[in-house]
Amino acid sequence: MKILNLAKTQYKSIEYNSPLLSHSTQRENRTMATQKKAVALISGGLDSLLAAKVMLEQGVHVEGINFYTGFCVEGHTHAIRKKDKAKPKRNNALWSAEMLGIKLHIIDIIEEYKDVLINPKHGYGANMNPCLDCKIFMVGKAKEWAIENGFDFIITGEVIGQRPMSQRKETMPVISAESGADDLLLRPLCAKNLPETLPEREGWVNREELHDFSGRTRKPQMALAEKFGFDDYAQPAGGCCFLTDKAYSVKLTDLWASRGKRDYEIDDIMLLKVGRHFRPKPNFKLIVAREEGENNFLQGYKKQFITLRTMSHKGPLTLLDGTADKDDFKLAARIVARFSQGRDAEVVDVEVTENGVSHTISVKPFAADEIQEAWRV
Amino acid sequence: MIELDARRLMCPMPVIKTQNIIKTMSSGEQLRVVCTDPGVMQDIPAWCRINGHILLKTEEVAGEFILIIEVVQE
Repeated sequence: MKILNLAKTQYKSIEYNSPLLSHSTQRENRTMATQKKAVALISGGLDSLLAAKVMLEQGVHVEGINFYTGFCVEGHTHAIRKKDKAKPKRNNALWSAEMLGIKLHIIDIIEEYKDVLINPKHGYGANMNPCLDCKIFMVGKAKEWAIENGFDFIITGEVIGQRPMSQRKETMPVISAESGADDLLLRPLCAKNLPETLPEREGWVNREELHDFSGRTRKPQMALAEKFGFDDYAQPAGGCCFLTDKAYSVKLTDLWASRGKRDYEIDDIMLLKVGRHFRPKPNFKLIVAREEGENNFLQGYKKQFITLRTMSHKGPLTLLDGTADKDDFKLAARIVARFSQGRDAEVVDVEVTENGVSHTISVKPFAADEIQEAWRV
Repeated sequence: MIELDARRLMCPMPVIKTQNIIKTMSSGEQLRVVCTDPGVMQDIPAWCRINGHILLKTEEVAGEFILIIEVVQE
């Protein structure tokens, strides 16, 4: 037999890609031989769900990887805000993995991600979203993970033209090259629009069964989802990252400007998601809880911040981030009183606590038009 | 039984901490996870189902969410 003289990979290519074999037979053969292993970047959205499913359909062993940057929308708002608690919360990355019947590895990249956000080589998108650098970083981390865990290639749900910053025809090779994944990175949903990758050339996957999706339309994905029987997938309008959100990005920029340096800790970025933010003076900012859930969440920060609480009337817990003198406390107390049930009273008592020591000041709440728009962050 | 204190952590951090500690454990060992984010009552059971570990018990006690997991390693 001629094939005995061929190298192992060539043998596979010929045997498994033979046009004489049906797709299902090719698939069976690929599964019965050394099953190739792909790590799939799973965001929880539809595209990554479909990309992984396309690979499973070709008999590839797939496991998911999901990176937690601290800016992921998943979960936080539901967990913090009481009004959202009636809706059952689910982590869509976990849900995707369960739908696919694959393992999911969630990786904490909070510390390493700081450099991506603070110094993005390719800059920011419309807000503080460093999408291209983010994708390069995540694919690079996935490659590291694949090597450590004996996986053969990496897949993503990227589609050419789907996202204005990171998913464009010209950025696809940039991601492959700068991540170090090169042609080990396969995008099953748009592979036919891109040069062949190693998994295709080696016959680990059948290029003919991959897709040629492009552009911002979601119709091909929705049709494929229907074909696979997925009908409850997540479709976040603004993506899965707080950094694409304008209001969040403004708060982050304010945080850096006030500190005179571009840096953050996890608590900083968590607190940007909570409450009303006011900066009435450069030296301090107030975070005013909007409801009971946020009040409870901010309780956990009482030891780290100066706090203000209305005593004569029901009102929100407020954190003061920064430094304040006597006049600043009075100004802060008038703002806090505005958001209490004593907003129309002549006098509201506000307790200020700093380093465990409390004192109470009596103030007249600001009227609505006295809260300056420029104070709002 | 090993105990994991995941209080004050927001999802998915309790899941990540659970995942990472279970990597170091053997089949049959049990892990008790204590959390304050109610999201864990959805996420940790889902993570256990996906990864083949057995969720023995969940309960809410005084605002804390407690999950007991029996580890199953391949």
